[in-house]
Amino acid sequence: MADFVNYILNIEGSWFGYVVAALVAAVLILHVVAVGALLFIWMERKISGRIQDRLGPTRVGGKFGWLQTLADGIKLIAKEDVTPDLADKFLFKIAPYVGLAASYAAFIALPFADGVVGLHINTAVFFVLAVLGLEVFSVILAGYASGSKWSLFGAMREAAQVVSYEVPLGMCVVVPVMICGTMNLTTIANMQAGFLTNWLVFNDPFTFLTAIVYFTCATAGVNRAPFDLAEAESELVAGFHTEYSGLRWSLFFMAEYSSMFIVSALASILFFGGPHGPIPVTEILGFAGDSLGNPGMEAFSEETAKNDGFFAATQFGLILSRIIGVVNLLIKGCIGVTVMMWVRWSFPRLRIDQVMTMCLKYCVPLAAIGFLGATTWQALDLPTGTTLTGSHRYEYHELWTAGLKDKVLLDQDETADSSEAPIPHENDTQTEVNKVPLKTVPVSVLKGGER
Amino acid sequence: MATSKIDDPRVIEFDVRTDEMLINMGPQHPSTHGVLRLVLRTDGEVVSDVEPHLGYLHRCAEKIGENLTARQWIPYTDRMDYLAAMNMNLGWSLVIEKMLEYDLPERGRHLRVIISEMGRIASHLVAMGTYGLDLGSFTPFLYGFREREKILNLFEEACGARLTYSYLTPGGATADLPAGWTDKCRQFLAEFKEVVPELHTLLTTNSIFVSRTAGIGVMSAKMAIDYGCTGPVLRGSGVYHDLRFHGEERYTEMYEGYVFDVICADPETGKYPESNYEFHGDSLDYPEIPRQAILGDCWHRFYVRMLEVVQSVRLIEQAIEKYEATSGDWGKPIKLVQKLPAKEAYMETEAPRGQMGFYVVGNGDSIPWRVRARSSSFCNLSVTAPLCQGILLADIPAIVGSLDVVMGEIDR
Amino acid sequence: MSEIPLVSELRAKFGEGIIDVNLEAIDEWVEVTPGVLVEVCQYLKEAEGFRFDMCNSITVVDYLHTDPKKAAKVDWDPHLELVYHLSSIATKLTLVLKVKIPRWKNGVEGDLPGVPSVAGVWSTADWHEREAYDLSGVNFLGHPHLKRILCPDDWEGHPLRKDYEMPLEYHGIRGR
Repeated sequence: MADFVNYILNIEGSWFGYVVAALVAAVLILHVVAVGALLFIWMERKISGRIQDRLGPTRVGGKFGWLQTLADGIKLIAKEDVTPDLADKFLFKIAPYVGLAASYAAFIALPFADGVVGLHINTAVFFVLAVLGLEVFSVILAGYASGSKWSLFGAMREAAQVVSYEVPLGMCVVVPVMICGTMNLTTIANMQAGFLTNWLVFNDPFTFLTAIVYFTCATAGVNRAPFDLAEAESELVAGFHTEYSGLRWSLFFMAEYSSMFIVSALASILFFGGPHGPIPVTEILGFAGDSLGNPGMEAFSEETAKNDGFFAATQFGLILSRIIGVVNLLIKGCIGVTVMMWVRWSFPRLRIDQVMTMCLKYCVPLAAIGFLGATTWQALDLPTGTTLTGSHRYEYHELWTAGLKDKVLLDQDETADSSEAPIPHENDTQTEVNKVPLKTVPVSVLKGGER
Repeated sequence: MATSKIDDPRVIEFDVRTDEMLINMGPQHPSTHGVLRLVLRTDGEVVSDVEPHLGYLHRCAEKIGENLTARQWIPYTDRMDYLAAMNMNLGWSLVIEKMLEYDLPERGRHLRVIISEMGRIASHLVAMGTYGLDLGSFTPFLYGFREREKILNLFEEACGARLTYSYLTPGGATADLPAGWTDKCRQFLAEFKEVVPELHTLLTTNSIFVSRTAGIGVMSAKMAIDYGCTGPVLRGSGVYHDLRFHGEERYTEMYEGYVFDVICADPETGKYPESNYEFHGDSLDYPEIPRQAILGDCWHRFYVRMLEVVQSVRLIEQAIEKYEATSGDWGKPIKLVQKLPAKEAYMETEAPRGQMGFYVVGNGDSIPWRVRARSSSFCNLSVTAPLCQGILLADIPAIVGSLDVVMGEIDR
Repeated sequence: MSEIPLVSELRAKFGEGIIDVNLEAIDEWVEVTPGVLVEVCQYLKEAEGFRFDMCNSITVVDYLHTDPKKAAKVDWDPHLELVYHLSSIATKLTLVLKVKIPRWKNGVEGDLPGVPSVAGVWSTADWHEREAYDLSGVNFLGHPHLKRILCPDDWEGHPLRKDYEMPLEYHGIRGR
């Protein structure tokens, strides 16, 4: 992206391109958060309506009431922003922003497709989980600062619950990281390219188990029913947001819905193929190249632009495949969110001790079993679901990084031969695809730079 | 400091003890079913003491009753248990009839069975739905209200009102059931058949629901009787007592010739009566009692209501047959200004929430000297304080919800 | 009704404590003195063959005509009548107990008359007595925490008394 801007403006290597790229990414992600929340709230209404044998919104914005959330948003903005007398004014006001900022920031490292990512981070898994964990501060702040006993109760529960569920959640996330040998979400996603069976959830029985445990813990981590104790309306009135009104209240909801999407998207990247559909249509058609050996492939390459002209540099097939990838990921994320909604409207709420029991007595041991089992599976070289026969994913990756390392070093020495494709995988069935030449070396992968 | 020795163990306890918090749960709170106010003393999530405060809906119904004639007071009975207004009407009508020694024609008797059992279904549906709501499950609430809506439509057709009916009056009812009503009622029963298993799936057998209710708020039979608990709350503790069987003759004769079960677990075996009732051709199996459930806990109280609904359906089916077989007078209301004898009468009926009693003292005038309503929810609620000690905060909605109180009836 | 053996047993046991028995009334009632009330209740609850284990309601009826013309016509003096409706789940019997007490203690207006509390016999009597105290102004002696239940704690007067007048205002809210 930065290269592209700089090329267009003919100011190569300037900081300006990076700033523009960052702004564009920020605005795009903001849209994911805001429009996502609009869409999910509308979805929640329609889905809950259908589950409860009623219609849900039908009037605003035509037949399906799809503008209902917008109308509500306008109403919420117009409402008075009440701060209780007993509240700690500053903390009370800042709490919703903390929550929204945390869930917004987590989007930065979330790859929507290969290369379609705000900031390419090698440790994206770690980053997303860490930043998402910050959301608990907003709840604690809100509960503490509201000056209401019910809010305080909500905050206490949230703190206890989220901190506990981070443990099994982390253990589940380690499994794909271990299998793929990387914390880079883009690479993890690309390792699942190809057919459905390549998805990590089908790698072995233990990853299947881990995927289920992950989703349960993620539901608890973002405070969705049946784990929505922090805002349990029949016990705590509205929990931590009892005293909030208007826009600040709606910010909590935007944060909640975007976190729901993030954990679902993360689930789809870690276990369900990420941007890769069940059938690799674009790869069969030869648009995308095999992302596996080619993780840093850019839709726009400055060097090609220099050598072969602008249009040659812009690989439309690749762009198309990435758009399809984004759509794939969005659909998977939405499915995850829908499942959460489905669960919410079907089950009663657990009690705080049962939530803790669930975490410590069931989720943690199951996650541990999943982790140990998956490790053993890898170590014993048992058959996996992947079509990458004869090799483990992590080996594959290790070889790839080895090649990459050489490549980068060569590149930095300006002695690189771009025709020397670093494809170490010998039994690859998709050699045809792999022949798509590497135009650039993904220096940014190692540098963690912007694209 | 470190070397100082503490002899008195209470000193340590005092040192580590955290502050207790007094919290007002209500009168505006989502799960207090109206305007009940519970003052909780909590240590973190653990509630050590609960004190109910009533009276936020006190409307001086008894005082008003001393200024109105018997028939004029009927709308005030509607507003007591507003979820089962028909049963409130019935209770008041029966006590006035008892006082006047008035005998109802047979058709009116069957009409009253249909109407009051429909009222029981409607009331139990709300009880079930709001109980789900108390535990954080929204969907059963709307399923319950969907079915209740059908009952309300039928009631509206019969009397023109949907909540406060004033339909059953001393002397009978304000009007006979309209033509074709019984067919619609039959159709409702047929549709309702599909819903009962759905509700069992969503709540009764749901494992989260079971873990939230089973073993919570256990009330022994002795305690239930001692605190004057009645209705499903009493039967949930395994006490075989239903006024439709064991009440006064004037009330039980209404149910003469009807076949139905009193839903109550046998305290010895913990088993409920076998479901030997063919529900529209299908035998309706009751769901199994979960392992964790203890007789007298929230789950059993809920279960009793769920099974009673089926018995009500059974009664209505029989009542429709009997009603259609009779013709003629259904029992016209007494005069608006009917002189009451200088006597006193007390009568209890089996309302959905328990035994609803009315006491009336006459002095020869048309306006009674004293009117008293013995509210079932009032007594059922009085057991809250002893039940809610040393439990978790989240159990309070579970326990109060399982008592199924209606504040209109408690505060009168 | 099977209350005839009950009456004879009560008479045998409490003698003078049983003031009146009416078996012709719609609901047969037994009138006792306040002095033996708790013992009678305890006996009725525990006596084999009766076992009145449930106290259905406690009602106070105020007999007073505020209109002197009407008061002249009636054959009773102003008094309060406590009505205890008892029933038995074990034997399915019902019984009405009555206790007559003066409207004011020692005739001093404003001094609530006292009756021994039966909250120790039936726990449900706790709330019923609180309600009777609140609305009719009867002081139940020995009640664990006798305070108003339906009216606010600072309410004045006892609304179900016949001579009760609504206060002109309550915390700035107009009453009449």
